[in-house]
Amino acid sequence: MAEKVIVCKELTKRFGDFYAVNKISFEVNKGEIFGFLGANGAGKTTAMRILCGLSHPSSGEAQVAGYDVYQQAESIKKNIGYMSQKFSLYENLTVAENIEFFGGVYRVPAAEIEERSDALLQKLGLTGEAKKLVGALPLGWKQKLAFSVAIFHRPRIVFLDEPTGGVDPVTRRQFWDMIYEAAASGITVFVTTHYMDEAEYCDRVTIMVDGKVEALDAPSRLKAQFNANNMDEVFYQLARGAKRSGD
Amino acid sequence: MNTVVLDHITKHYDQERVLAVNDVSLQVRAGELFGLIGPDGAGKTSLFRILTTLLLPDKGQASVLGYDCVRDYRQIRNKIGYMPGKFSLYQDLTVKENLDFFATLFGSSIGENYTLIKDIYEQIKPFNNRRAGKLSGGMKQKLALCCALIHKPEVLFLDEPTTGVDVVSRKEFWQMLKNLKQQGITILVSTPYMDEAVLCEKIALIQGGNILSVDTPDGIRSKFPVPLYAIRSDNTYQLLTALRKEPGVDSSYAFGESIHITLNEQQTNMAAIQQSMVAKGHTQLSMEQIQPGIEDSFIRLMNQA
Repeated sequence: MAEKVIVCKELTKRFGDFYAVNKISFEVNKGEIFGFLGANGAGKTTAMRILCGLSHPSSGEAQVAGYDVYQQAESIKKNIGYMSQKFSLYENLTVAENIEFFGGVYRVPAAEIEERSDALLQKLGLTGEAKKLVGALPLGWKQKLAFSVAIFHRPRIVFLDEPTGGVDPVTRRQFWDMIYEAAASGITVFVTTHYMDEAEYCDRVTIMVDGKVEALDAPSRLKAQFNANNMDEVFYQLARGAKRSGD
Repeated sequence: MNTVVLDHITKHYDQERVLAVNDVSLQVRAGELFGLIGPDGAGKTSLFRILTTLLLPDKGQASVLGYDCVRDYRQIRNKIGYMPGKFSLYQDLTVKENLDFFATLFGSSIGENYTLIKDIYEQIKPFNNRRAGKLSGGMKQKLALCCALIHKPEVLFLDEPTTGVDVVSRKEFWQMLKNLKQQGITILVSTPYMDEAVLCEKIALIQGGNILSVDTPDGIRSKFPVPLYAIRSDNTYQLLTALRKEPGVDSSYAFGESIHITLNEQQTNMAAIQQSMVAKGHTQLSMEQIQPGIEDSFIRLMNQA
C-alpha cells in the first residue's frame, strides 16, 4: 500500500458562522501530483494554510508528513516546501544569496548548501547569473528558481499555489517538467492552478466548491464520471452552482 | 477610420536598459473586440498605458478615435474607459460611492447611463454599502468594470480583467464583454490565457515586447505551417520524454492528456513514430492529425522569434 503523506478527516475551519472549509476528507500518496482546484472563495487557500501548519482547524483531523496539524505545526513546516506566484524569493538578494538564505532557514548544513547550490545553478543554467539580483531575472526563470528553492531542503511535500500564473506557454511546460521530476524523486506535489490543462497533468484532482470537496479522482475518471471532454467542462459543471465567490 | 492605432511604438524603461515595447504596430476597428494575448512581461500593460495617455512612448505614434495619444490626451481621457490590471478603485469608499464618484468625475450620473451597466451592476447592487476593499475578487472586477463604463465611453481598455479568476467567473466576464460589444463599444482587452483568444474577433499575439502575429483567431490558426498531431498513451510524461528523444519529431508539447507534435520534414511519418513508440513499450497509444489551437501557434511563433 502506498505511503500516505497527507491525511485529512472531516477537516473544518469556521470563521464565526462561516464554514470556509467544511468537513473535507482526503489522502495524498507519496510521490503523487495532487491537483487542488476550486472556484475563487471555495476554501482552497484556507485548507492549504492548515496543511502547511499556518492555521489551526476548528475541528477534524489532519496529518501532514506524519505530523499532526494541531500539535506539531513546527515539524510540518520543516518537512514541507512552499511556493506561490506572489511571493517566493527576495528580489533584492542575488540568486546565490536566495538559495543560501532559504537553505539556511531550513537548516541545511552550510557545506551542503554550497555543494547543492552549485549543482542547482548548473542544472538551471543560471551559473552565470548567480550574482545577479533575482529582481532582474525574467519571470520564467524566477519561477523555476523559486520552485528549486522550495524543494532545496528535500521536503517530503511541496505546496505550489498557482505556480505558473502569467508565464508563457513554453515556460509553463518546462515548469511542469520540473514538477514531474520532483514527484519521480519521491516529493509529493500539492498544486493549485487556474489552468485546466494543467489539471490533466495531475495524478489525481480535487475540486472544492463552497468549502466542500465535490470531486476527487484521476482526471480521466472525472471526465468519464461527468461525461466531459476535458477538465474545463468538469470544473464548470461543478463550480457553476457555487454560492460563494471570493479571493 | 481605425479607432485605435499603434504606429511603430517603442518604449524603454530604466534608462533604455529594458525594452518593454519594440516597434509595435496594430489597428483596432470601430466596434471590434480586440485581444492582446501574451504572458507577463510581453508589453501589454505598457501599450495600454500609452493608449490611455498615461505613459509617453519613446518612438512612434499612437491614436485613439483619431486623437493623438500625446497631444490630445484631454479629449481621449473623456472618451475612454480604462480598467487597469491592478484593482484601482477607492478601497475605503463603498460600491455606490465609487460609482457615484466616477460618474461625477465625468460630469455624468449613475442614472444617465444606467442601461449600459444595468446587467453588471445589478449583480453587485446588494452590496451597495460595502466598502470596495471588502469585496471578493469577482465583485471587485464587476465594480471596476461598472466604474470604467459609467461615463459611456466609446472605447474600453481592459488590462488582464480575468487574471487569477476562476473558469466560471471568466466565462461570465466574457459574456459581459460580448453584450457590451453589441452596444457598439470598441473593446481592447489583454489576457495571458490563450484559451480566451478565440473569444475575440481579432488578436495580437505578443511576447517580450514584440508582436508575433495579428489576425483573426482562425487566421492565426490557419497559418500554422506544418501538420500537427495529437498523440496519447496511458503514461503522458513517459511518452513526452520518449518523443523528445525521437529524431523524427521536431517539437513536442503536452496539452492536457495528449501531446502535440510536429515532425521533421521529409524523413518521417506518423506511422513510423507510432511504431517506434510501440517498440519502446508505450501502451494504449492513439494519434490523430488535429487543427492547431492558438496556444500551438503561439508556441511555434515564439520559438521562431
